[in-house]
Amino acid sequence: MSQPLIDYCIAQGDDALIFGQRMTEWCYSAPFLEEDLALANVALDLIGRAQMFYQYAAELADDGRSADDIAFLRDARSYTNLLINELPRGDFAFSMARFLLVDTFNVLYLEQLVNSSDARVAAIAAKAIKESRYHLRRSRDWVVRLGDGTQESHQRMQKGLEEVWGYHKELFIETAGESELVANGIAVDRQALYASWSGQIDTVLAEATLERPEDGWKVVGGRDGIHTEHLGHMLSEMQYLQRSYPGVEW
Amino acid sequence: MNTIPLVAEAQRERQLRRSDSALPELWALLDSVTDPEIPVVSLWELGVLQEIKQHGERLVVEITPTYSGCPAMVEMASEIEKTLAAAGYADVEVVSLLTPTWTTDFMTAQGRDKLREYGIAPPSPRGQGDKVCCPQCGSANSELISEFGSTACKALYRCLDCLEPFDYFKCI
Repeated sequence: MSQPLIDYCIAQGDDALIFGQRMTEWCYSAPFLEEDLALANVALDLIGRAQMFYQYAAELADDGRSADDIAFLRDARSYTNLLINELPRGDFAFSMARFLLVDTFNVLYLEQLVNSSDARVAAIAAKAIKESRYHLRRSRDWVVRLGDGTQESHQRMQKGLEEVWGYHKELFIETAGESELVANGIAVDRQALYASWSGQIDTVLAEATLERPEDGWKVVGGRDGIHTEHLGHMLSEMQYLQRSYPGVEW
Repeated sequence: MNTIPLVAEAQRERQLRRSDSALPELWALLDSVTDPEIPVVSLWELGVLQEIKQHGERLVVEITPTYSGCPAMVEMASEIEKTLAAAGYADVEVVSLLTPTWTTDFMTAQGRDKLREYGIAPPSPRGQGDKVCCPQCGSANSELISEFGSTACKALYRCLDCLEPFDYFKCI
């Protein structure tokens, strides 16, 4: 039971860390100051979530690696985050489309994960759900405002949505180890959340006067360590300090 | 109409841990440790300080993080250690708890008053709706500017009567 749980915690941590790190790129670059602060705060929540999962993974593995080692001393091939989290930040509309898809999923997922039979996982989820609900409120609001805004904001929002759409399928794919954890009541059945997710997305898109993209193409591979070309560049920046000065501390 | 102030169950348990504690002087001592971002409220008033235990020579202080990524937590832990060390307790361990999950219900009434005096609208107590009153003039006629303020725990509002912008400590 232990190895699937360690892998699961690392994958959950990877999802949060990579998305959080990507969103920190908005710091100093957001359309206006309040948005700059908001995106940095959301990113911080996600990075804190990664820390909680990595910390648990480190304790379970008990192999001398710390949570920081897990974050900073692995290469792209060992990262198991879903691809949707690593895509370049794109424009603001693309970021909000991605947030909407991920936040909607996270709220549904965490609402169930708080009942995990693993007390620690349940406690992490209880902390994270409060933050994800708040994130969703914001991303939902932005998608509606931009979708139902000016002609240009509508068109850019629709484009952002089309660009990210093919990456949402991966949210609903389980690894073999994860299925084992689902059977034990530790993890949550992803596929079972699809209908609710899809319905909620439709509601937001209708309010935003956006069209739901066709389910034409999909991209998967993140959980197997098969990434887009973007992850390596991001890690080289994120891990630069630890790689150049091993063991450095503030 | 008379109203009975309700205390959330988790907060009641926390109050009992303090009032039933065998170490009241240590709780009082830690009242001097404040939030580095909001230096007017103590960790007790903020609801972060949960328990103080003594195992032989060793003191274990339990705190609950406010937000997962809150960068102030490290500083809070080190301030606790410093304060206790200055009082002669060399062997101190600060443990960060995930359960009970921190909520604004943990914030004490004095903590809320201090926030307001400091210019931050305190979180609305549960069940009192989501009206946010301006900490300057008290008006409930306010509007949201941004869901996030200068830190993860705050949102940005503007008073529509006195026109002052202000931070609101979000209710979670």
